[in-house]
Amino acid sequence: MDAIILQILNGLDKGSAYALIALGLTLIFGTLGVVNFAHGALFMIGAFCAVTVQRILNLSYETIDPSQTDFLGNPLVVKTPYVHSWFGPETGASIIEWSVPIAIIFAIPIMIAIGFIMERGLIKHFYKRPHADQILVTFGLAIVLQELIKYFYGANPIQTGAPDVFRGSFDFGVLLGFDPNVIIYPYWRLVYFAFAAVIIGAVFAFLQFTTFGMVVRAGMADRETVGLLGINIDKKFTIMFGLAAAVAGLAGVMYAPINSPNYHMGMDFLVLSFVVVVVGGMGSLPGAVLAGFLLGILESFASMNEIKSILPGIDQIIIYLVAIIILLTRPRGLMGRKGVMED
Amino acid sequence: MLGLNTKDTTLLIVVAVLALGAPFILNPFPEASSLAQFNAGYPDLMQRFAIFGIFAIGFNILFGLTGYLSFGHAAFLGVGSYSAVWMFKLLGMNVLPAIALSIIVAGLFALLIGYISLRRSGIYFSILTLAFAQMSFNLAYSVLTPITNGETGLQLTLSDPRIFGQSATSDGGIPVTNLLPGFEMRETFTWEIGPWLFQFNTGYYLCAAFLLLAFYLSVRIFRSPFGLMLRAVKSNQQRMHYTGLNTRPYTLAAFVISGMYAGLAGGLLASMDPLAGAERMQWTASGEVVLMTILGGAGTLIGPVLGAGFIKYFENIFSKINDSVLHGWFGFMPDGMENAIIFVSHFFVGKSWHLTLGLLFMLVVTFLPGGLVEGGQRIGRLFRRKPAKDPKSADMKPAE
Amino acid sequence: MSKTNLTRRGVLQTGAVAGAGLALPTYLSAASHSGFTNAPGDSSVTLGFNVPQTGPYADEGADELRAYELAVEHLNGGGDGGMLPTFSSQALDGTGILGRKVEYVTGDTQTKSDAARASAKAMIEKEGAIMITGGSSSGVAVAVQGLCQEAGVIFMSGLTHSNDTTGKDKKANGFRHFFNAYMSAAALAPVLSKMYGNDRKAYHLTADYTWGWTQQESIAAATEAMGWETVNNVLTPLAATDFSSYIAPVLNSGADVLVLNHYGGNMVNSLTNAVQFGLRDKQVNGKNFEIVVPLYSRLMARGAGENVKGIFGSTNWHWSLQDDASKAFVKSFGTKYGFPPSQAAHTCYVQTLLYADAVTRAGSFNPCAVVEALEGFEFDGLGNGPTLYRADDHQCFKDVLVVKGKDNPTSEFDLLEIVEITPRAQVEYAPDHPMFAGGQLGSCNPGA
Repeated sequence: MDAIILQILNGLDKGSAYALIALGLTLIFGTLGVVNFAHGALFMIGAFCAVTVQRILNLSYETIDPSQTDFLGNPLVVKTPYVHSWFGPETGASIIEWSVPIAIIFAIPIMIAIGFIMERGLIKHFYKRPHADQILVTFGLAIVLQELIKYFYGANPIQTGAPDVFRGSFDFGVLLGFDPNVIIYPYWRLVYFAFAAVIIGAVFAFLQFTTFGMVVRAGMADRETVGLLGINIDKKFTIMFGLAAAVAGLAGVMYAPINSPNYHMGMDFLVLSFVVVVVGGMGSLPGAVLAGFLLGILESFASMNEIKSILPGIDQIIIYLVAIIILLTRPRGLMGRKGVMED
Repeated sequence: MLGLNTKDTTLLIVVAVLALGAPFILNPFPEASSLAQFNAGYPDLMQRFAIFGIFAIGFNILFGLTGYLSFGHAAFLGVGSYSAVWMFKLLGMNVLPAIALSIIVAGLFALLIGYISLRRSGIYFSILTLAFAQMSFNLAYSVLTPITNGETGLQLTLSDPRIFGQSATSDGGIPVTNLLPGFEMRETFTWEIGPWLFQFNTGYYLCAAFLLLAFYLSVRIFRSPFGLMLRAVKSNQQRMHYTGLNTRPYTLAAFVISGMYAGLAGGLLASMDPLAGAERMQWTASGEVVLMTILGGAGTLIGPVLGAGFIKYFENIFSKINDSVLHGWFGFMPDGMENAIIFVSHFFVGKSWHLTLGLLFMLVVTFLPGGLVEGGQRIGRLFRRKPAKDPKSADMKPAE
Repeated sequence: MSKTNLTRRGVLQTGAVAGAGLALPTYLSAASHSGFTNAPGDSSVTLGFNVPQTGPYADEGADELRAYELAVEHLNGGGDGGMLPTFSSQALDGTGILGRKVEYVTGDTQTKSDAARASAKAMIEKEGAIMITGGSSSGVAVAVQGLCQEAGVIFMSGLTHSNDTTGKDKKANGFRHFFNAYMSAAALAPVLSKMYGNDRKAYHLTADYTWGWTQQESIAAATEAMGWETVNNVLTPLAATDFSSYIAPVLNSGADVLVLNHYGGNMVNSLTNAVQFGLRDKQVNGKNFEIVVPLYSRLMARGAGENVKGIFGSTNWHWSLQDDASKAFVKSFGTKYGFPPSQAAHTCYVQTLLYADAVTRAGSFNPCAVVEALEGFEFDGLGNGPTLYRADDHQCFKDVLVVKGKDNPTSEFDLLEIVEITPRAQVEYAPDHPMFAGGQLGSCNPGA
């Protein structure tokens, strides 16, 4: 029982990441009809926003400490971050510690700007081109973004920790009447889940309750008619692209403490997020979110020892296996609409 | 000739000349010159050009004609390689049975996956093929290690049975792949003309022969009633259904044929270098053939081959340009300028070769919507000034 | 095989082309030149440095390349000579190798067997490399080693830790200086027993590919021999990025030690996840819960940040060693690049020197002569103490370092501290040890 609850928690947490990425992807997919292979790169750039903020806060001046030596035997150069000298070591240290939450503030405008530039500068020329051309150009873009990050930050993962108050684990089991230490779950992962829920809720509310959202939803359903009504749907779509980029970026910023960011983390998620979107059904936002959580939970269950001992290697293929079964039993995924990207 | 019209015959002859003359064409720079870095006329890369050309031609039969975008085609190349290596381990070092088996196994595998995946179309089809290929890759890497040798890749060993050959040669080595006894794949004939050095490799010419055969077959398919039917599926499948025609057998046939092409490519890869690695089946490998085809020009006859050559050239040549090479090139400049140029070059060559490739993808697809073939046509038009009467450009228009 | 020929530039440089205006096609067979692949000309010799330049191990590859460039500089008489003066064999004198200037070509393995072989083939077929070296994973090392055996050139592996490289996949033309999974386990187990006692229950997470399996097999055998119990061994997909679902059940399994048989990005993520779950703050069976990482890489450890503090593991070499050779190498590398070398850089530098020295002692570039010179070679002064290149399997036997994540690092490079230098005798094993059985060296292949 406790093992199952633990894996549900894990599944919800993985599912949050999948759902957030798939949500942004399906906004672009569903509204603009663009196959965006650079979406994983946007997630990665989000995570590197956190890394960058951490680097900036860590900018240091150097003093020479003759009592210690460095690896070459020269006097040791001690680096002290400026924030330490400005706010005192203790406040300074806690500011640096909070670099991930601080990065959220910076990541939103940066990601929206990147989204706008991408859409206006590149993607808009590809709306009427075949999907194959869109794949080629966005894949090219993804490689370029990835290589630029690699050039400036290196290929190794870079640790970007959560604030100290979120380190350690919360003892869930005690709440549910289990013994202590049976069901524990890291605070930051719970934060990530809550954050994902808020973002997903906000995006849905935005599309459901604003006029802008109404027009976009109408555009997703029938772009031509909306155009005939004299509404400039293209402009709305630019904003949607910015929004999708921001969702992907935020998913990345918050993911940084869970796994140290590296330049190819976007590619690792790319294929998976396409599977999630398609399993959810093309053009369906709730479908994408549902599929994200479903695949996350199933993946967690598949990695349980009890299941692995019966079906070795099942955790390696579970997502693809489930995708095949769903697509064969439900022709348009879980909640897909007819005629979207079917030809 | 050979059942082709004049235009296609011309094209076939051009491809034949390019393939047979590759050792000359790809080695334009004298061996000792600093530009020799850009020479691509060595056996391994020429073999790869031909093999990935075959792979892309096969992919194009499915994608270019029917519009079905398979994102798992590398799986067929992978099983082809594994079959071939197993033949070398069990039977003997002759490449023909190995290649035959890889085509058959890949074809059967394609029949199975195609039968299931073709129940869906559009992006749903792409994801189904992707899922099958990723499952094959993940299992080959881990659980199926007894068959695939996992991460290391399936290799020949001295203790393989090789019932129609020898386990080990008399001097204690592993025997090498051959066409007939004495016709070894890796034999290379070297011809020096002045400062130039040209290499003629048995294995490459076997690949080139298969490439010509594959190309010829693809021309025949493009021009056949079957090919016409596939194009009809691409332009409007709905309408085909309304006329009461079941298109599935046609698309499935195209899928299996292109899977067999991939198997042939896999078998050839293993014949040139008897090792089969699981990464050959990864989604990045499937994506690579998609990129090759689109980059060259999907639906055109020659485009996929050009795209394959383009990507393989960058992978193998640009990644090898390092600092000492750069210093060799720009050494004549004043120090400051030399360092500045080398600094800028770091973004594009050596460890950053991916960046150049990514940029070129974007540039080509933005400015040449028809891929490299369209670039060729534009250049051709510049010289002829009579675009409408250019027979070749009419021939190479995307098959829409 | 005698008719096979893979040579290119070498022929040219011997001057065979001199004066050839429009030469007739010449079929090059064994008789027509020196009798081995890519025999160098009189003025220079080309080495092939095949390292990951793209993909997750690109930083490690970049460090390997730095070491190679440094080694070439030293071999050609430049710089401060690095470990040349400390090397027990004084055959190298800074005039290149056998009087020929050392040149090099580089390539990208992409950490894929296929790409690595393609890159190595280009070096052999196009660039005329006489020796291939480098790499940052065992899959690549085994694949390239096999290629070099067939092509008839020497392979001096870079970072490869699987038992298989000099076990079931060993080849006569291939040599490994780096240590292996068995040695890691043999060195680590006594230290773990000293620190954590003999009554421990271990839970293994193992990367699901050949290196992971050999690592797990070795460490489980070594720890069980001193009384530990292996509660469970869970295989994790190599492509996994989030290990939470593998780590969550650990605490309830009754285990009190978690062994992470992961490397590189896998290690960074699984360790970070384990610390996130607060495993190290817990008490199980009345003991502190502990985590062990059998193979450490300092470069990768940076990605895990302060999570490595206090965690035990093993390493082939570390820059804080205080012997003359290590100090000379760190000084030379640090002065040139501004930071200390990694263990990957060290092993690559040493491999290059060992090759050059073997050629010099043999008086020939012929791979078979080099093999003969390296087999059973005893040397010292390259940073690992007295070392033997064993003839039976071409594995180096030397001391192994047991290290621990440092509690108070003084710089970003100062992440590990050496706990113990395990003497060579303790990590030796018989050539026919079951973990290494199943392969044959075969005979050396000089190629054409």
